[in-house]
Amino acid sequence: MSESADTAIRPGRERLDRVAGGLGGLGGAGRGPLLVTLALVVAVALVLTIAYGLHDVAQRGVNGLVSGSYFALGAVGLTLVYGTLRLVNFAHGDLLTFGAYMAFLANVTWGLPIVVAVLFSVVVTAALGVLSERVMWRPMRGRGAGLLQLMLMTLGLAFVIRYGIQMIWGTLPRRLDVDVTASVSFLGLRIGRTELIVVVVGFVTLLSVGLMLRVTSLGRQMRALADDMALAEVTGIDTDRVIVATWIFAAGLAGLAGVLYTAAIGTMTPNLGFFLLLSLFAAVILGGIGNAYGALAGGLLLGLAQEWSTLVIDARWKVAVGFAILILVLIVRPQGLFGRGERTA
Amino acid sequence: MTVFAISFDALTAADFWIGVGVLAGTYAIFTLGLQLNVGYTGIVNFGQAGFMAIGAYTMGILVVRAEWSLWAALPVATLTAMAAGVLLGLPSLRLRADYFAIVTIAFAEIVRYVAQNARGLTGGNQGLLGFDDQWLDLSDTILGWLPQAWQDQFLLPLLLVVWVTVALLTVLLILLQRSPWGRVLRAIREDEDAARALGKNVLAYKLQSIALAAALGAIAGYFLALNLSFLSPESFEPQFTFIGFTILILGGLASYVGVALGSLIIWTLLEVTRFIELPLAAEKVAALRFVIVGVALIVLVAFRPQGILGKKQEMVLRE
Repeated sequence: MSESADTAIRPGRERLDRVAGGLGGLGGAGRGPLLVTLALVVAVALVLTIAYGLHDVAQRGVNGLVSGSYFALGAVGLTLVYGTLRLVNFAHGDLLTFGAYMAFLANVTWGLPIVVAVLFSVVVTAALGVLSERVMWRPMRGRGAGLLQLMLMTLGLAFVIRYGIQMIWGTLPRRLDVDVTASVSFLGLRIGRTELIVVVVGFVTLLSVGLMLRVTSLGRQMRALADDMALAEVTGIDTDRVIVATWIFAAGLAGLAGVLYTAAIGTMTPNLGFFLLLSLFAAVILGGIGNAYGALAGGLLLGLAQEWSTLVIDARWKVAVGFAILILVLIVRPQGLFGRGERTA
Repeated sequence: MTVFAISFDALTAADFWIGVGVLAGTYAIFTLGLQLNVGYTGIVNFGQAGFMAIGAYTMGILVVRAEWSLWAALPVATLTAMAAGVLLGLPSLRLRADYFAIVTIAFAEIVRYVAQNARGLTGGNQGLLGFDDQWLDLSDTILGWLPQAWQDQFLLPLLLVVWVTVALLTVLLILLQRSPWGRVLRAIREDEDAARALGKNVLAYKLQSIALAAALGAIAGYFLALNLSFLSPESFEPQFTFIGFTILILGGLASYVGVALGSLIIWTLLEVTRFIELPLAAEKVAALRFVIVGVALIVLVAFRPQGILGKKQEMVLRE
């Protein structure tokens, strides 16, 4: 109801939003979708609680927040790169893998403390992102490469990263030097000590990224670019600088997400990022592609949906649940929960 | 110290080249479907491995679980894959190209998950065996027609059948492409709205294109299954769709003949790497092959996006 009123004034408001770099929180979609989504989550939680009991729902909800935190971190980068460069980056998952193996290199091979290893991994992955921009994406943009060309190049890059890692480290699962057995419990809910750290680090990072995007001038410029590159350029934004900044954020967060995923799950293999990639796409599309806050929300929602689904169906289907959500959202609401309706052909 | 030696013995062995030929033929059929979709209709189908899986598993399940004849199972499995193509295309073809790509890859992954997890039907990771008895009988008959010296080449009949199929399908597709139907597809590729303005039902044409591609994927799936005598979810991972795209770009967009050429080059390249004696474990050499695919894809798309036989004016999806 409030949504339809919103639609009526949308054209004018959209322009304003764009010039201001989408200052209006979750883009031009207003608060309606957010409230509807929250209501839906609460309703699902209630139904599940009645059917399976509060403890199970809460426990899997906790698990969902753990996976949601690395989904969201991975998804933000994917959505920023898409929004800014219209690049569907099939190599983004492999940036997560790269981050995980860089942490392995520093933490296990070189014996550095895990905190240093995480920082090393984030920096090196961000550097890889910037390198790919300089060597591949900027020259290709200059030549006016088409959508298919760019997608295929990201696929090629994905192969090079993934199988390059496999050539060096093999397919055997590797572990970081972290304690994955210890756990803490409160209110009868159990969470691994490492998982708890993952959630805390994940959420603190997400909050800082969200604040950065909202408050700082760079963040506003990044969102402005993601919204409308040409318009942003016209308003005098140094697009080249912002694009590099976007890559630093996107790849750095991907590296962090890869490390957090490995820390939470316990092991890494060269395939981990590719297996996560479709879940990241699901999160991105769920939140509305190009919308950074949407990706954060989408990642958390996807984490909850996958874990809650294990109450109803066998856990081995939970990844497929993510893909099903992806297809369903694209069919029912292709602009995503918080996106604007311009995403179909 | 010969660290980077190539053992040429293996490269001159007939069975090596027969193996390469079967793989190249199988993926040529697979990629003909991609050519129809991507090169001639302008729809980015990233789920071809899913159609291949649906065809191969439907055939395997009908023969092994339902005890159908292989020859009855093949057309039914092909129709099943085509139906899957229509079902996938109906809701998702209205999406933009990049979304459609993501949806199709998600579809292919769901198919692979089902193959992995519906163990009662598909055998899961243990795989599905025993669907090829009737083929082996026919294969022996064909082998009997061939000269005595070739009798020990067990895969030779499959090689012959797969390449006869490639040739037939290539001719068929070229003829279709020259028909009014094929011209409409190209019109849609160039300008969807113009085709619509001329009163063409764009969605229907696109659905037909994807259903035909699915059928081609399914046929490739049968040859894959007969080659391996074994169906497992690993054979249908998304990277096989992307090998198909590498073949497509190498051979050239909008060229059916280029597909066979591209497939021969890529599979020769991939299989020859097996014989480069690197001081590496087998899994690392396997990884090297995919690094080569990745580099080939990047370099090709960047520097010769029209491939060997493609025409630049027929390049699709430029913005």
